Amino acid sequence: MVEGMGEGARGVPLSGHVGFDSMPDQLVNKSVNHGFCFNILCVGETGLGKSTLMDTLFNTKFEGEPTQHNQPGVTLKSNTYELQESNVRLKLTVVNTVGFGDQINKEDSYKSIVEFIDAQFEAYLQEELKIKRTLHSYHDTRIHACLYFIAPTGHSLKSLDLVTMKKLDSKVNIIPIIAKSDAISKSELAKFKIKITSELVSNGVQIYQFPTDDESVAEINSTMNSHLPFAVVGSTEEVKIGNKMVKARQYPWGTVQVENETHCDFVKLREMLIRVNMEDLREQTHTRHYELYRRCKLEEMGFKDTDPDSKPFSLQETYEAKRNEFMGELQKKEEEMRQMFVQRVKEKEAELKEAEKELHEKFDRLKKLHQDEKKKLEEKKKSLDDEVNTFKQKKTAAELLQNQAQQAGGSTTLKRDKERKN
Amino acid sequence: TSTVGRPQPQAKGEKTPISDTSYVGIDAILEQMRRKAMKQGFEFNVMVVGQSGLGKSTLMNTLFKSKVSRKSVQPNVEERIPKTVEIKSVSHDVEEKGVRMKLTVIDTPGFGDQINNENCWQPIMKFINDQYEAYLQEEININRKKRIPDTRVHCCIYFIPPTGHCLRPLDVEFMRHLSKVVNIVPVIAKADTLTLEERDSFKKTIREELRANGIDVYPQKEFDEDAEDRMINDKIREMIPFAVVGSDQEYQVNGKRILGRKTKWGTIEVENIAHCEFAYLRDLLIRTHMQNIKDITCSIHYETYRVRRLNESNPATPQPNGVAAQHEALSHEM
Repeated sequence: MVEGMGEGARGVPLSGHVGFDSMPDQLVNKSVNHGFCFNILCVGETGLGKSTLMDTLFNTKFEGEPTQHNQPGVTLKSNTYELQESNVRLKLTVVNTVGFGDQINKEDSYKSIVEFIDAQFEAYLQEELKIKRTLHSYHDTRIHACLYFIAPTGHSLKSLDLVTMKKLDSKVNIIPIIAKSDAISKSELAKFKIKITSELVSNGVQIYQFPTDDESVAEINSTMNSHLPFAVVGSTEEVKIGNKMVKARQYPWGTVQVENETHCDFVKLREMLIRVNMEDLREQTHTRHYELYRRCKLEEMGFKDTDPDSKPFSLQETYEAKRNEFMGELQKKEEEMRQMFVQRVKEKEAELKEAEKELHEKFDRLKKLHQDEKKKLEEKKKSLDDEVNTFKQKKTAAELLQNQAQQAGGSTTLKRDKERKN
Repeated sequence: TSTVGRPQPQAKGEKTPISDTSYVGIDAILEQMRRKAMKQGFEFNVMVVGQSGLGKSTLMNTLFKSKVSRKSVQPNVEERIPKTVEIKSVSHDVEEKGVRMKLTVIDTPGFGDQINNENCWQPIMKFINDQYEAYLQEEININRKKRIPDTRVHCCIYFIPPTGHCLRPLDVEFMRHLSKVVNIVPVIAKADTLTLEERDSFKKTIREELRANGIDVYPQKEFDEDAEDRMINDKIREMIPFAVVGSDQEYQVNGKRILGRKTKWGTIEVENIAHCEFAYLRDLLIRTHMQNIKDITCSIHYETYRVRRLNESNPATPQPNGVAAQHEALSHEM
């Protein structure tokens, strides 16, 4: 039966060659035209050889300088490269945790990693929710595989490792690897792997299991599952072994060959990560980790599916409702701001009115003063006028008297004159 | 950017020799995809539209070399022409060389058979939109299925009666409305009544009328992806509509058993391109463009429906006036 196709379909035999067996080819051709995307996150302390391992895996020199050990916090640096092999074009993004494990207080180290992973999910979700969207040409930045680099102490996992992996295991496919494993002897390595695996199990950390449901790869995948965590060595230097040049690390006591399966698990990692399960890693990211993120995010925002009996809530309708709510809040805030503004204006007005009042009062006072002065002056003027009048009267009276006196005196004067004459 | 060295040619299943230092194995993803596709299988939904008697069922059975049509499924039901257009769909699981497909054939009995055929495309349009709606509802669920069942009509084969003159108003009306929401593949049905010259002139007329009415049938020019695509599709566009003959009877011709129609004046070999263009139709629909047909449905027709649906206010719940503006804001913000 065709998987997941629903009920009600009956199988019918074909009486000849129809030709839809070309569908996988049609699908593959379409994908080849589009190109592929693969995003790897490398988590591990500084100096564990993350960059070198990437270079070795993909047979190329990615840019980058070794990071310093004095980063104040954990930042994530991502670089995208275009690789091509035969007709396959791959957009590979490698994200590195810079400064991981370098701080004195590492409590928050995992946070920037979780935030980064969530941000990629969020970006995809936003695109998916858009009205006019272009999903088929969207550059998918979601992390498909997280290589967790474990320091080759030989003892056990560090608590930072456990905490970080626990925080990441529901968000990304974790593949734990023992870095720089040429520092550990074979017997120590076996014990180390067992210890790591049991610690992961006892702490409930879900690491990525290579899928065993497809018969063609079930066997190799289940064998590889038992070899986790992979003990790897990375190197881009080539050394001559016999008559071949191989990738290796040369020591005075011997040469560790990267691609020699008796020396390290590099080949296993490459096989699993790239050659067998790259597509499954992408699919798990999309159908499991992304769906979980999406479900949680939408539930957080207050959306819900109703039971199958009642009419299903349209995401759009609920979004509308949320939108109304949001607009309502916006309006309320606007109203508040307006109120505040009005209030301020009122206050300022009151102030100004106060000032105006004062000015008026001052003006009144001055006016009054002025009037008083004027009154005084008028009184003075009046009294002066009175004086003047009195004086005038007196003068007039005096003049009158003088006249009378003169007339009498005139006759007197005449008399006098007559007397003189005589 | 950086490139990886060319890989040594590898035989399948051989272990990678250790001396091969330049091969990464990125191209193994093609095999991984193929494996996944084989495991999941495919879905294909095709609708047949045309008046009764144009050989729709026979053609479907011929295309898929199996009794997939509705009539074959219900052979004893008395065949009567319904009073309105009905939509009846029937699904089959078919398998070929390990590739499994769920094929759904959607029949539209009653189309074009009434005296008054006004708006007979509406139930069909509604059905197509209902499938888009069902997919959309599933897609916007919080808890959604790992694989959303795809009942969207990928392709609508429209049967043109072999009059030899021109398209009828019904044909034009139907295709004009439906070409906007679904991939239409027009075919000249029962083409064994046309001579080659009649066929060619009929096709020319049809193409001209389609152009004059602004009807874009599959493959639509605007969706050609690149120059190579355009070249291939231009050749197809010069040949449509395909003049087809269907048959599920086998006859012996030149020592071979072939599908055909036997008449007194000769046997028409269905898969002989000198006789009719069935093989071209089959190749287009199944062998070369099936994935593309599905892609156009998925990323263009469905998306167009989705945009329209998300932009309009829901008539079920009356909305105040501000909603349209809020939708604008929403789409800008998103």
